[in-house]
Amino acid sequence: MKPRFVETFVPPAATFLLTTAAAEFGIRAAGVSPLLLPTPSAVARAALQHAPTLLPALAMTAQAVAIGLALSIALGLLVAIALSTSRWVERAFYPYAIFFQIVPIVAIAPLLVIWFGYGMRAVVAAAFIVSVFPVIANSLAGLLSVDPALRDLFRLYGASGFARLWKLSLPWALPNVLTGLRIAAGLAVIGAIVGEFVGGGGLGVVVLEAMRQQRTDLVFAAVLHAAALGLALFAAVNATSHFALRRWHTQETEP
Amino acid sequence: MTPSPLPRYPAFMSAPEPTAAPTGVAVRVRGACRVFRSAGEADVVAVDGVDLSIAAGEFVAILGPSGCGKSTLLRMIAGLEPLDAGDLGFGAGGGAPKNALAYVFQDAHLLPWRDVLANVALPLELQGRASGERRDAALRAIAAVGLADAARRHPAQLSGGMRMRVSLARALVTEPRLLLLDEPFAALDEITRQDLDDQLRALWAATGMTVLFVTHSIAEAAFLAERAVVLTRRPARVVLEHALDLPAQRDAALRGDARFAREMSVLYEALRRGNGKAA
Ligand SMILES: Nc1ncnc2c1ncn2[C@@H]1O[C@H](COP(=O)(O)OP(=O)(O)OP(=O)(O)O)[C@@H](O)[C@H]1O
Ligand SMILES: [Mg+2]
Repeated sequence: MKPRFVETFVPPAATFLLTTAAAEFGIRAAGVSPLLLPTPSAVARAALQHAPTLLPALAMTAQAVAIGLALSIALGLLVAIALSTSRWVERAFYPYAIFFQIVPIVAIAPLLVIWFGYGMRAVVAAAFIVSVFPVIANSLAGLLSVDPALRDLFRLYGASGFARLWKLSLPWALPNVLTGLRIAAGLAVIGAIVGEFVGGGGLGVVVLEAMRQQRTDLVFAAVLHAAALGLALFAAVNATSHFALRRWHTQETEP
Repeated sequence: MTPSPLPRYPAFMSAPEPTAAPTGVAVRVRGACRVFRSAGEADVVAVDGVDLSIAAGEFVAILGPSGCGKSTLLRMIAGLEPLDAGDLGFGAGGGAPKNALAYVFQDAHLLPWRDVLANVALPLELQGRASGERRDAALRAIAAVGLADAARRHPAQLSGGMRMRVSLARALVTEPRLLLLDEPFAALDEITRQDLDDQLRALWAATGMTVLFVTHSIAEAAFLAERAVVLTRRPARVVLEHALDLPAQRDAALRGDARFAREMSVLYEALRRGNGKAA
């Protein structure tokens, strides 16, 4: 486990330190205006100084993302299950599911505020809308790829529809569902920030406010918080995935 | 059939059970036809008027060239494929006896998220049997295929031969009266395959079930079965039904025997004839 830890975390940490140092000295040497591009140390100072604003904002955004993502998983999975029941249902409805994929969230965000009012609900809706399609598409692909021989086996032993779903299709689709979730996690953060630009609250408002005050360092600090949120979600999905699928593929070999 | 000694069969299983051992079920296929239609393509006649009569407790091998319709025929018998013409009867007459059938595919097709024990117990679980009963029956079936030490391993941790054994145990766990196998050991190396052939024959002798074994290996058909049915190339029709004149107790030595070679040549000639070439 130790060497694995070193292999995983040392290279990216080294890259981070090197680029940060390079940016720090590069920006200083070139004499770029802090209004255009603040040095990493200035960003860090802004982050510390505004922690009382940034951390509650981060918590608020995180909450909206979590709820939006939870809705995406639950509804996305239900839609995928419904679409997988018959080719005709799939043909009739799948084209409309693609709507979620192509909808320009920036354009639709004001509409969400009209429907849900200012605040959390519009933000959650924005996070949901941009993150639900990858869940639907990947889950559906997984549900439709169930080994036909295993379908036959379940049929042979008179399995109920519920047993087929619960004991075969859903576990079979799990890797795909998790892939969808990994994509959805990143998108949900984007959706929430865009939602906050219009609906208010969270890191989105911190970014807008900092921009108005020409505090580029604070904009950067807020963006870094949003990125950290996305990264944390990604890592959480990866960990879940690793844990859930650890038995499926294993390097452990025959004695 | 004469009961033979069971080399790899665990002692506790060969002991007579209080309940009567499951006995094989007879199968009768009459004029079975199956045509696959798909839009924009010519119809594929996979099976064309096959008659087949299999006695209760018989071990029959079905031989035929690749793509001739063997799997389709077996799937029709299993009820996984409809008959476009002809009919299918079991036992004294009538439909498929409930919970009496088991099917083994060409590959193991296990659930990767379940360990060996849970994979083998699956058929009983789907049939709604109690969990204690499932566990006991699954452990017995796992022991019968020689995997007692691997019950808690997952499919990814098993070799191909072990996975196929699990698949066989999963088929045996319901104590089927009719076992259908579709080229089950074709993907295995020769030694593992012969080992599993031996085991299958021992299991057949011990249980008295009916076994229908599809293969395109002449040697495997001759070694395993009491009777071989040879099919023509597509659409499948029966070109030869041949009772194999070989001792009930078969071992590795038989493969070098003159009788074995003679039976193999009979099957070989029939396969050639079925393939449209003069013998
Ligand atoms: N679901 C299907 N739809 C269309 N055609 C099919 C279908 N299943 C089988 N066929 C066709 O029917 C024919 C017989 O197929 P089948 O699988 O029964 O052959 P087989 O004898 O088992 O061959 P193999 O030895 O290669 O397994 C083939 O030409 C195949 O392409
Ligand atoms: Mg086949």
